[in-house]
Amino acid sequence: MLHGYGWSLLEGLRLTLGMAGASLAVALLLGLAGAAARLSRSAFWRGLALIYTTVVRGVPDLVLMLLVFYGGQLAVNEIAPHLGIDEYVDIDPFVAGVATIGFIFGAYLAETFRGAILAIPLGQAEAARAFGMSAPQAFRRIVLPQMVRLAIPGFANNWLVLVKSTALVSVIGLNDMMQKAGQAAGATREPFTFYLAVGALYLAITTLSVLVLRVVEKRCSPGVRAIHL
Amino acid sequence: MSLDAIADNLPLYLQGAWTTLRLLAMALLLGLAGAIPLAVLRASSKRRWWVPVWVFTWVIRGTPLLVQLFLVYYGLAQFAWVRGSVAWPLLSSAWFCTVAAFAVNTCAYTTEILAGAIRATPPGEVEAARSLGMPWGLMVRRILLPSALRRALPACGNEAVLMLHATSLASIVTLLDLTGVARDVNSRFFLPFPAFITAALFYLAITGVLVALFRRAETRWLRHLAPIR
Repeated sequence: MLHGYGWSLLEGLRLTLGMAGASLAVALLLGLAGAAARLSRSAFWRGLALIYTTVVRGVPDLVLMLLVFYGGQLAVNEIAPHLGIDEYVDIDPFVAGVATIGFIFGAYLAETFRGAILAIPLGQAEAARAFGMSAPQAFRRIVLPQMVRLAIPGFANNWLVLVKSTALVSVIGLNDMMQKAGQAAGATREPFTFYLAVGALYLAITTLSVLVLRVVEKRCSPGVRAIHL
Repeated sequence: MSLDAIADNLPLYLQGAWTTLRLLAMALLLGLAGAIPLAVLRASSKRRWWVPVWVFTWVIRGTPLLVQLFLVYYGLAQFAWVRGSVAWPLLSSAWFCTVAAFAVNTCAYTTEILAGAIRATPPGEVEAARSLGMPWGLMVRRILLPSALRRALPACGNEAVLMLHATSLASIVTLLDLTGVARDVNSRFFLPFPAFITAALFYLAITGVLVALFRRAETRWLRHLAPIR
């Protein structure tokens, strides 16, 4: 049915998953840093983080991706001669893709984490401090474990959007599932079949993610009572 | 010097912004028109009504918009009977395919938003309508929908902003929307930073206007749910 292009699609799937995983790692770091900055006492960090989350969430992913890919290429080659590198530097589209997607979803995750931290009663951290824990200790031992549970629904949403936006990296020339499907479609003149297959693979990833995250949320919420309507 | 190129092409950007806005308006209106009846079915307690709608929203929300767009724009040409049909001139136009894919996509998200709002209807409202002898259709039209649509306003505002960002995908199938113009300017002058940052500023401005419009709509139609000052 796929005229032998099935393996090619699966190779693309591997790249898509690698891309999503690597971007998620970047986004988690940026998200935690962004949330910390948004809640910090310093007006400078608060302002910087606010600009970051507002601007990134107000501009389409695709525009940012094209900006980083083309702009990054230009900037790197402007800077390279000053560092003693004389050859033309090609930015790896994988790096550009991971950097952009991580940068974008860092902003979304920062807002998710901020909301989760704000939802934890202040008394908890205060009590930890009163017991003699330092501020980082109180954050790591008291706030963080509870934040995880509260952040999961928002995180699940952000992750699903992130996975779906990896489809855009084919536009900057990455050999992901979309690109592979395009090549197969060109060779066999059956675009519908191949894009449908890609859609099915994405649906499998997102559905699996939802199921896994549901279990994780349950595991993170022992003793939390829910209302039943 | 680089800003001159942008200034010279400002009319092009304005045209692009107009295309983006038209795409957005058509997608949102068509999506909403489809979502209202689907949401009523989705919120129904009868299995044969909610299951088909649930499958529709699951598939659309679980796959990337780019895949859906390619399925319509490139995919349909695979079938000879589609190419031979009277609708082919329409189905081979990038504009029609884009609006169709966008409308179906936002329809699925809006359906879930509205269904959630319908489920949150205080039972007393429906019981009061029933006790006054209102037939089902009248009750849905006069009681259920006005109340649910109001409660869905904030979430619909988010969806409108996400859809605005999604319209940038139109540039991938050759339409000259804001992103398309920016890509065109970048490829002609090789000015990635000015070209894409200009587009980003336009998107930020439109996002700001959308957010402000929805906030005004909320103060008008959600006054009864506002916290007491």
